[in-house]
Amino acid sequence: MKVTKDLVAASATPMVLGILAVEDSYGYAILKRINELSGGELEWTEGLLYPLLHRLERLGHVESDWRSVAGERRRKYYRITPDGLAELAEQRRQWETVVDTLKGIWPGPITIPLGGTA
Amino acid sequence: MSDDIEAQFAQWRDFVRRRPELRPADVAELEDHLRGSVEELRAAGLSGDEAFLVAVKRMGSLDEISREFAREHSDRLWKQLVLTGPTPTRSRAGLVAMVVCAAGAALSIKVPALFGVDIDHDAEAYLPNFALFTLPWLAGFLAWRRQAPRIVLGVLAVVFALGAVAANAYPLAETSQSLIVSSVHLPIALWFAVGLAYVSDDPRSPRRRMDFVRFTGEWFVYYVLIALGGGVLVAFTVGTLNAIGVNPEYFVTQWLVPCGAMAAAVVAGWLVEAKQSVVENIAPVLTRLFTPLFTVALLAFLVALGLTGGGIDVQRQVLILFDLLLVVVLGLLLYSISARDPLAPPGVFDRLQLALVLSALAIDVVVLLEVAGRITEFGTTPNKAAALGENVILLANLGWSAWLVLGLVRRRTPFAALERWQTAYLPVFAGWAWLVVLVFPPVFGFV
Repeated sequence: MKVTKDLVAASATPMVLGILAVEDSYGYAILKRINELSGGELEWTEGLLYPLLHRLERLGHVESDWRSVAGERRRKYYRITPDGLAELAEQRRQWETVVDTLKGIWPGPITIPLGGTA
Repeated sequence: MSDDIEAQFAQWRDFVRRRPELRPADVAELEDHLRGSVEELRAAGLSGDEAFLVAVKRMGSLDEISREFAREHSDRLWKQLVLTGPTPTRSRAGLVAMVVCAAGAALSIKVPALFGVDIDHDAEAYLPNFALFTLPWLAGFLAWRRQAPRIVLGVLAVVFALGAVAANAYPLAETSQSLIVSSVHLPIALWFAVGLAYVSDDPRSPRRRMDFVRFTGEWFVYYVLIALGGGVLVAFTVGTLNAIGVNPEYFVTQWLVPCGAMAAAVVAGWLVEAKQSVVENIAPVLTRLFTPLFTVALLAFLVALGLTGGGIDVQRQVLILFDLLLVVVLGLLLYSISARDPLAPPGVFDRLQLALVLSALAIDVVVLLEVAGRITEFGTTPNKAAALGENVILLANLGWSAWLVLGLVRRRTPFAALERWQTAYLPVFAGWAWLVVLVFPPVFGFV
């Protein structure tokens, strides 16, 4: 089952901010984490991820710097800012509202109506 | 990691770097990502080559990535000419030199006033000197920027002094044809002196001469833009001061406009130098736009000429008009050459240029015959002689250019031949302009 592109795009910001809220990270690792958590169901491309990281940086939600950790190549690490944490809290509140509403609408398992006249 | 795969990374890196939407830092970040993928795939058992191919495939098409980067960084597609902010010391010195030279040019036009020569009442004294108030300063600025050798500085000094002599030592009467002819040609002659200053770091190089052609086109565009801005400035100055009962006419006509016009030549030169490689050249863009339009206009003229059957009414204004028309055609050709990729195969635009040049040649021949006829019938004058000379020179240039463009279109002549021809021909224009300025007045008895 593949998630639609629009839903992937809409959920991208809270996912990236959420991952960075736990620890600083870089593009490849972020993508890997999302892939793991979604069981491979969310297909992100680099064309989506990196411009998003740059946009978040422009908006002041994250900061970046190039680091050389022992044994690794120089990498561009991203770190969430206080503004980013505030944005994450707001995003989380919004998503919880949407999810709670959907759960209210979908009380039980979805049933597929049987065919009409044979 | 093996050398083979490093070569593949290098190749991929070079390929990605060509995208204007991607900065070096973006490329480095994407490469780090790619390397991460490759390492993971290799750990899973793939060979280096296999891992690289799969990782690149997974990354998605470069067009798609570029598009996403462009959406976030659309400002990168508009190149900015930054004139302020942190600059190297050399740039600041350049700014100071520009201000000094511009001020010098502005004040130069006021020097005759010290000797009682007034702009309004002595226009015929100012007219031939117009270019001398500003072009020496522009040449000085360019020579300074290039740290021109002493011999070039010496030649420049002699050339400008010669121009001053030509402008002032000859007894040209106010009604003299030679006055007009000299006034038109001296700025052209002096512009080639500016060209000497421009190429002073390598005067014989065809590449530097073509750079001077590019400089000339951009300088003209910037000068016109500054002039338009100056027009707006004058309009608001006059309007606002009049509104409070102050009459600024004297200040505007005697100081603001003449001094501004002189300073603008230096400022325009500085802007072109500052913008080099930062902002796209405008002249070739205008060339692309106007080549088709002029081709249609010239062909329409030839058709109309054929239908009406009459000749061309050769008067002074008409001669000047046709000479200027041919100069425009040459300009269109020259600026296309200055921006063309030398290795690109001939295309539609090259054929269009051939049509333009051939049309211009046909018109040139017609005008040439008319001028020659008038000289035979009524005798020669400075105007007719100058027009005749110009037509012959342009005929030679455009004629051989047409031959070379034809060869290019038929893939028998490399584009470099056309470029070499035009850069080699520049001294001919310079020589002719100086000939008209220095030799014509005495030859025609200063009439």
